[in-house]
Amino acid sequence: MAKDFEFEKSIIELEARIKELQAISETGKVDLSREIRAITEKVDALKNDVYGNLEPWQITQVARHINRPSTLDLIKHLCGEEFVELHGDRLFGDDPAIVSGIGRIGDQRVMIIGHQKGHDTEENIYRNFGMPHPEGYRKALRMMRTAERFGLPIIAFIDTPGAFPGIGAEERGQSDAIARNLAEMSGIRVPILCFVTGEGGSGGALAIGVGDRVFMFEFSVYSVISAEGCAAILWNDPAKTKEAATALKLRASNLLEAGIIDGILPEPIGGAHRNHQMAADEIKKQIEKHLPSLLAMNADKLLDERYKKFRGMGRFTREEELEHA
Amino acid sequence: MGWFDKLTRPRRDTPSDLWKKCPACNETLLIKDLAKNLFLCSKCDHHLRMPLWDRIALLTDDNSFVEIDHDMKSVDPLNFVDSKPYPERMAEAIKKTDVNEAVATGRATLSGRKVFLGVMNFDFMGGSMGSVVGEKLTTILELGAQEKAPVIIVSASGGARMQEGIFSLMQMAKTSAAIKRLNQVAVPFISIMTDPTTGGVSASFASLGDVNIAEPGALIGFAGPRVIEQTIRQKLPEGFQRSKFLLEHGMLDCVIHRRVMKNTVARILRLLVA
Repeated sequence: MAKDFEFEKSIIELEARIKELQAISETGKVDLSREIRAITEKVDALKNDVYGNLEPWQITQVARHINRPSTLDLIKHLCGEEFVELHGDRLFGDDPAIVSGIGRIGDQRVMIIGHQKGHDTEENIYRNFGMPHPEGYRKALRMMRTAERFGLPIIAFIDTPGAFPGIGAEERGQSDAIARNLAEMSGIRVPILCFVTGEGGSGGALAIGVGDRVFMFEFSVYSVISAEGCAAILWNDPAKTKEAATALKLRASNLLEAGIIDGILPEPIGGAHRNHQMAADEIKKQIEKHLPSLLAMNADKLLDERYKKFRGMGRFTREEELEHA
Repeated sequence: MGWFDKLTRPRRDTPSDLWKKCPACNETLLIKDLAKNLFLCSKCDHHLRMPLWDRIALLTDDNSFVEIDHDMKSVDPLNFVDSKPYPERMAEAIKKTDVNEAVATGRATLSGRKVFLGVMNFDFMGGSMGSVVGEKLTTILELGAQEKAPVIIVSASGGARMQEGIFSLMQMAKTSAAIKRLNQVAVPFISIMTDPTTGGVSASFASLGDVNIAEPGALIGFAGPRVIEQTIRQKLPEGFQRSKFLLEHGMLDCVIHRRVMKNTVARILRLLVA
């Protein structure tokens, strides 16, 4: 069951009303089809209206929905049986907050790596709410090296509140693990496609996000810090979370405009959590569209373009330009 | 006293302009003595935060530092306003520090060897990394690769600059990719971490030195101690995330006293490359 959002209340109420009327209709005593049709039209209009006008903070909530398609859900829809999960960093352990493995999407063999959240509290505790430890990032890097060796393109699914802030994570070098991935991903000699499927939480997201193409789902977010963290630090007031979400410009359309991502994947009305298959289909479309040209490219050129892509990110000016302006 | 007297009366130096308390032993230290003593506490030898130009002087041969990109300035790509607009914060930081951004980069010689040096300035918005910091550092990393001259970066930063949002985050990828390229041409990158080096700076270029050095007692980590305490609801052990802790956990090559930092870096470079 989908969790109810405040902004969805009137939609859910009307949907309940439709069900009631349908139940009465089914008894056959009265014909309510006109009423049902009218309310259905109203609900559709309302859904379009609500989901077409979500505030950044509301989008953040949709991005974090407990039924949002996770990496393993997407793998199931994309690869079916043709997937083998591979575990462990060969250094310390296996981090359940990142999953990885080899699979086939259509005719294409791929390496898939992604953050993994749970769909209930128990699973979320096991997955540490999708917040990796260093061994998760090191597992991801090991998989990328395996992919490189066998010429498999890499598909990365990004969905994390961030890298875990804890004692063990610091002891085992969370900074080193993230930094190492950023540097090494820039040199992996196979194509890398990244999809922000839910929450792109800061360095913990970027650590598997240095790709040749980066896409975001319509109701996903990608940000330097969470809205809550930003409100606490810059406003010194956790109640300013909504303002912070707006100020951070963390939605897909903002990032496309800023030249950080390459495209936006549409979601069904009401969000991807209502239809995992459609989310997977959208991903497959992008893979089929972008992978052939990247696979055809000479590896040196691929790396050169990947370098240039991130090299060009940033906005600044020169004092002289300001004076002459 | 008339309004004229009020205006022209010399402003009394506030005590904090003259002295500082040692954060470790609480000793009262005169600023002019501190500057002469490399900002080391005369009582307990604690390494206090060192101002930008003192740091550059510490690590380079006399008058050899030539700044690059000093005219580069941040813009406000998000039109970011929290309790005040970002351009206002920026103007205040520029006024306070008399520099345009949170890092100074340039060419210099270190014991006669040509190097590129970047020094972060914690006084400028907590040394936070936005587009300009990322761009300036990437530029010296690329110059180092082109001219086969070692690159040294002294970090002092709370992490990525929130006011530039996703652009700040991407500087982590940009600088790290530039280090990968430097690695490929076997030009040394020496990372010197000073108090504090955390967040997106620690989780990108600062951790990627061929040699990672820290000053004694520096706070170094991914997450700040307050965030960790709030997350795990435990008090953190004494010395957690300090230089010695990182050395013991294999994250640093060495912890080096400020007095011998320049000589040690010179020796490392001499031994790594002819």
